[in-house]
Amino acid sequence: MKVSDLNPAQLQQRLQEAGLRIRTGPFVTRVHTSLAAAAEGIGLLYADYPLAEDEDFADFHIRLALPDGLRRWLRPQVLFLYDGTRTFKPLPVDQAFPMFEWGMNWCVSSHAHSYLIIHAAVLEKHGHAVILPAPPGSGKSTLCAALSQRGWRLLSDELALIRVADGCVIPLPRPISLKNASIDIMRHYAPDAVFSRKVSDTMKGTVAHMQAPADSVARASEWARPGWVIFPRYEAGADTHLTALPKAHAFMRAADNAFNYSLLGERGFASLAGLIEASSCHDFVYSKLDEAIDVFNNLRPAALLP
Amino acid sequence: MIAPPLLLQALRYPEQLGSLGLADWDILIRQARKANLLASLHARLQECGLRKTLPAQPREHLDWAHALAERHRLAVHQEVTLIQQALAATGVPVILLKGAAYVMAQLPNARGRLFSDIDILVPKERLDEVEAALMLHGWAASHHDAYDQRYYRTWMHELPPMQHIRRMTVIDVHHAIVPETAAVHPDPAKLRAAACPITGQVSLLTLAPADMVLHSAVHLLHDGELENGLRDLVDLDALLRHFGDEPAFWLRLTERAEALDLTRPLFYALRYTSMMLHTSIPPDTLAQAARLGQPGNAMLALMDALFLRALLPEHASCRDMLSGISRKMLYVRANWLRMPPLLLARHLFHKACISPKSAD
Repeated sequence: MKVSDLNPAQLQQRLQEAGLRIRTGPFVTRVHTSLAAAAEGIGLLYADYPLAEDEDFADFHIRLALPDGLRRWLRPQVLFLYDGTRTFKPLPVDQAFPMFEWGMNWCVSSHAHSYLIIHAAVLEKHGHAVILPAPPGSGKSTLCAALSQRGWRLLSDELALIRVADGCVIPLPRPISLKNASIDIMRHYAPDAVFSRKVSDTMKGTVAHMQAPADSVARASEWARPGWVIFPRYEAGADTHLTALPKAHAFMRAADNAFNYSLLGERGFASLAGLIEASSCHDFVYSKLDEAIDVFNNLRPAALLP
Repeated sequence: MIAPPLLLQALRYPEQLGSLGLADWDILIRQARKANLLASLHARLQECGLRKTLPAQPREHLDWAHALAERHRLAVHQEVTLIQQALAATGVPVILLKGAAYVMAQLPNARGRLFSDIDILVPKERLDEVEAALMLHGWAASHHDAYDQRYYRTWMHELPPMQHIRRMTVIDVHHAIVPETAAVHPDPAKLRAAACPITGQVSLLTLAPADMVLHSAVHLLHDGELENGLRDLVDLDALLRHFGDEPAFWLRLTERAEALDLTRPLFYALRYTSMMLHTSIPPDTLAQAARLGQPGNAMLALMDALFLRALLPEHASCRDMLSGISRKMLYVRANWLRMPPLLLARHLFHKACISPKSAD
């Protein structure tokens, strides 16, 4: 059963009563909320996601709720509760859906220590993953969204999961988070894609989410082998430029972008070393999406090179 | 009262968890995480050989918690080494308390136990030296308010917590195990005299077994913040099981409780570990602890009602109508035990009306 098999009334009822058990990649999240903005976003952007059975185990239990007291009515706010515990400061209520997305990222990045988790977009082609680690503002999500519309399978827009046990890259396809100018660029670039409403004045500026391609969601259990680690940087007016990066540098920069590298200790080091060893590593500067896509479409996995 | 939460059943008889269904695991994992006992549960399941046979999803959560606990254990070892180096020149013997002591002495309850601060006990007359040495090595006082400084230095049993400026780790330097202003006065000199060196460590000590149990008891039963109440009860359970193998321990325990003026906390500690975690305690010891430390019947009924609720995980699945008020009443009680009424009134007045509010 998928989210889209529920009509809006059933979806709302599920969210209010038993909780909606959404399966994203290897995780099941049980969501409770009575907020219309959250229900609308979930119905729209999670339509293709499978639902877990009610008697199944859920990894994360979350609730988006209105606070008690004045802030329920006066400039109302929304709370993110992780199994009953407040984990973030409240946000204005129209940010309920972005908060849901950020909260879902937090659930994974602060618990799932069987993976080395890198703050990165991840896509796949021919079984090989390209990992794009980058701090916010480097154009990672825009590039990721564009690639996902041009033949690359989206594995994740935010969290690269490297399974510690075997070094495989595990998909966690979820909506792609776009900010400010990127939103209209992507609407224009992918007119058929589904977008959430724009929400302005968030801590990241104006944000909107773009639905993950249905094929990515359907193939969420197909892991990939490491292929490339590429550090993207958008620079207005710059020429498209892919340069090889020494592996030691790539290692340090990927470690800087990892959530639990030091927590995993020796195993974190071994996982990251394995990833960098198996990948070709590059710096990438771009300003034009079409040229960027061409560069990516000309990448050949190290294993296939003559 | 409702049936005992799954977490209590799991801590009593971990070997019976093999038959648990997924829906029950869902609840158990959540209760354990909330009580800060997920990694301890991992350790117990590992010990009884069940971990590998568990369903994949709960096993994954237990392994996640284990990864965090392993990192924590290494960090504690490193931090203790650095504290030792900082204090080496003073020649002050360092007695580790609570979590750090359990980890360094490799006691069974250290496995999977998470805690935030390192606590040490030093002689009161050498506090200045210890504080200066720590400051030279990068620890700085964290409470800058003049009132807070006086609160700690005049009335409490410890210096204001010190935080390392680079690593952000916190050390609590104690000179006693209860506040100066409390009604009971376990003599720190007796505790220090009985302290035992940690095997394989130079100049590091822990409290003697009976004293360690009594400190754990006084900490649990005099401390108003009970978020980690069940974890502390699990400590007591594990310490009693571990030291209790030595028959002489039990007699020593009641003797020390008398000598240190801690017969009431010992009575409650033995009562609630045996009631909630089914710790096996010799009947003679229970009887002797009751003779020495049992309160009147009305008081006992009230304490039972409060502690048996407040020591449960603070999770929705373990809550009844009286859970909230029980925690609040125990918080008030803890402050009552910490200071005489007039001083307490003065302290609460200052905190409510004069101290600058922390930015929230």
